[in-house]
Amino acid sequence: MQRPRRTVLVWLAGIFLVIGHRGLRLSAQHEITADDLKEGEQLFVASCTGCHGPDGDAVFSVDLKHAQFRGSPTDEDLMRTMRNGLPGTGMPPNRFSEPQQANIVAYLRSLVSTPLAFVPGDAARGQAVFEGKGKCLTCHRVGSNGSRLGPDLSDVGSLRRVPDLERSLVDPGAEILPPNRSFRVVTRDGTTTVGRLLNHDTFVVMLIDAQERLQSFDKTTLRSYGFVDASPMPSYRDALSAEERTDLIRYLAGLKGVKAIKP
Amino acid sequence: MKTRVLLLAILAATASLRAQVSFERLLRADREPENWLTYSGTFLSQRFSQLTQITPDNVKNLEPQWVFQARSTEKFETTAIVVNGVMYTVQPPNDIVALDATTGRTFWMYSYRPSQESRPCCGRVNRGVAILGDALFMGTIDGHVVAVDAKNGKPIWDVAVASPEAGYAFTHAPLVVKDKVIVGTAGGEFGIRGFLAAFDAKTGREVWRFYTIPGPGEPGHETWSGDSWKRGGASIWVTGSYDPDLNLTYWGIGNAGPDYNGDVRLGDNLYTSSVIALDADTGTLKWHYQFSPHDEFDYDAVQVPVLADMPWNGSSRKVMMWANRNGFFYVLDRGTGQFLLGKPFVRVNWADGFDADGRPRRVPGQVPTAEGTLIYPGNQGGTNWYNPSFSPRTGLFYIPTWVNYSSIYVKRPGEFAEGRGFGGGLARATTPPGLRAGFRTEDEGYGAVRAIDPHTGDLKWEYKMTEFTEAGILTTASDLVFTGGREGYFVALNARTGALLWRFTVGGSVVSGPMTYSVRGRQYVAVAAGSSLFAFALRQ
Repeated sequence: MQRPRRTVLVWLAGIFLVIGHRGLRLSAQHEITADDLKEGEQLFVASCTGCHGPDGDAVFSVDLKHAQFRGSPTDEDLMRTMRNGLPGTGMPPNRFSEPQQANIVAYLRSLVSTPLAFVPGDAARGQAVFEGKGKCLTCHRVGSNGSRLGPDLSDVGSLRRVPDLERSLVDPGAEILPPNRSFRVVTRDGTTTVGRLLNHDTFVVMLIDAQERLQSFDKTTLRSYGFVDASPMPSYRDALSAEERTDLIRYLAGLKGVKAIKP
Repeated sequence: MKTRVLLLAILAATASLRAQVSFERLLRADREPENWLTYSGTFLSQRFSQLTQITPDNVKNLEPQWVFQARSTEKFETTAIVVNGVMYTVQPPNDIVALDATTGRTFWMYSYRPSQESRPCCGRVNRGVAILGDALFMGTIDGHVVAVDAKNGKPIWDVAVASPEAGYAFTHAPLVVKDKVIVGTAGGEFGIRGFLAAFDAKTGREVWRFYTIPGPGEPGHETWSGDSWKRGGASIWVTGSYDPDLNLTYWGIGNAGPDYNGDVRLGDNLYTSSVIALDADTGTLKWHYQFSPHDEFDYDAVQVPVLADMPWNGSSRKVMMWANRNGFFYVLDRGTGQFLLGKPFVRVNWADGFDADGRPRRVPGQVPTAEGTLIYPGNQGGTNWYNPSFSPRTGLFYIPTWVNYSSIYVKRPGEFAEGRGFGGGLARATTPPGLRAGFRTEDEGYGAVRAIDPHTGDLKWEYKMTEFTEAGILTTASDLVFTGGREGYFVALNARTGALLWRFTVGGSVVSGPMTYSVRGRQYVAVAAGSSLFAFALRQ
């Protein structure tokens, strides 16, 4: 469904309040304003929706409004793709100026993450819960800390809104994104391995197991294999207080990924 | 005087000997299986080879012999042709390459630089060349048709046919019939008016043109409301076939535009999503059959028409077999266009059968809507342009198939602007965008080779892949099937059972049709995958 126009304006107005003193993260030389976001939206509608559709999801494997990009995870990647196109696909080169490219990216980013000023809680306390009582690093990873078994949360604040984070904490089985489903293989001798799927094709299953070993299985050696329906993640509805969850969500909402170190 | 006549006769004979590929050779391409003379192997387009050196017993000894790496990251969709040990392929977008078919080393390369205004919907691709005499013919993505000397790669003629700015492009391998080169235009997502045109092979002069949307006063024009016929699509982007006895050439026609909103083009929208049969000399329409009247699902009928003569209800019949993007497998009488059989080869929910004339019976309510409607098969179809194959030995028709595949079709306003996308909506994936191969369940879709009995449409066997497939299929007289898929494997199957006999990791998606040839008694199988072209032969 297309978002009603009025809602977009309210949303932009809200962002304007935030960035009046903070600014979005996109450009070192230029703080993104509500007008920039509006221009980004207009450029997106005029130039991108012909192929990508008004919801940004008309091209197979790409969902621009939900941060699903094909091989273009960073802002710089996205801007390069806009400029040069993507060989081997229908994505052509475009003649946007650099500020225009930045505004389109800022607009798309603004659709998938909640501005931090709207997120209550204390990030430092939330990090303490994440690394301590919550034992989140047992499965998850942020930066160079934690396990590689579960989804890496280093940039979860750029990819998920606060309500999504909240739901995942209290009811982790409610919606498991297909790439995050656990996968179980049982070899002919009965050895069971559960892990996160890395590749699965006609002949092999490749996964990272709980000991973080990269394992590859020839499917002809397996008795069975398939996704595990239940989430291995516990619910934090009762395990954490409401305040602790609020702080934890504030911490997660602020995780925006690894920045390139510039000389 | 007598001596002069004799001399002239000798000169004429020498000239004709030098000319590599006469039309007679193209007509009888099946009698020289060491060569692969046309895009689909022969005019029947069965992609069936008489070569038998590689067999189900020894295929395990198949090994790569050479790899040609294209200097391009575009999709490598070409099926090469081979003439007397020389392979001709196209490095995308439009560079013709002549290779030693035994070593993969390059004799010459003809580099064509298409206009930057050219923007084909789905990649700067090309699917191959055609040959006649000593000339190779290629359509370009910026609307040109060119002829190139097969001996040295020098251009012979170059004709600008259609405007790339308006969305026109040529992506398929031309079809040579007699002294003509036949080419059709892509661009069905940009509001073009499709056409098929024949060019004089010697000069490039256009001899005839058939518009795939009838103009005012022509039969079929009434199937378009208002002036929608001017921009209704009906593109052509896969090579047709030819029946020399009937002198008919057959072509599959693409979707109507805008793709997902038929409100602005009421009517059946002929000849979109149809097969047309044209007199090869004049381009006159002899018959047509429309697979998907008033298509709103992007169901291009851009499959290669596969021709065969087979017993049908007690007598021999000249038929055409067709696994369509719309999910049905068809058999038609290719002399008349008569509908003989239609049966789903994948799950279909937009139609539940046919009336007596072969018109699909629509399921009420199964149309694109503002909210979205779940349709099987989805936007890429039960199959697409990927080359099918028919083996006269097994009597089976082999289809690169997308199983359990669906899309949610959303209707939007269809506003036309020249050279811009003219979709009128979109087809949304039913699994999360970005979901990679193997992360879907079988219910969420998988790729397969499906072998069909054309007499009944019944499934005889299925070779399952985890990911969908865009690879064409080759069959041989030793009962082998060769194909690949998106996963980056190239495989050999038993044509009678579907059993896997051999595989090789080519490391890139196979988005082309495999072919086979023989040089100095050694059989090769070649296929493009990723950005490279691989040739295999038995270990010596």
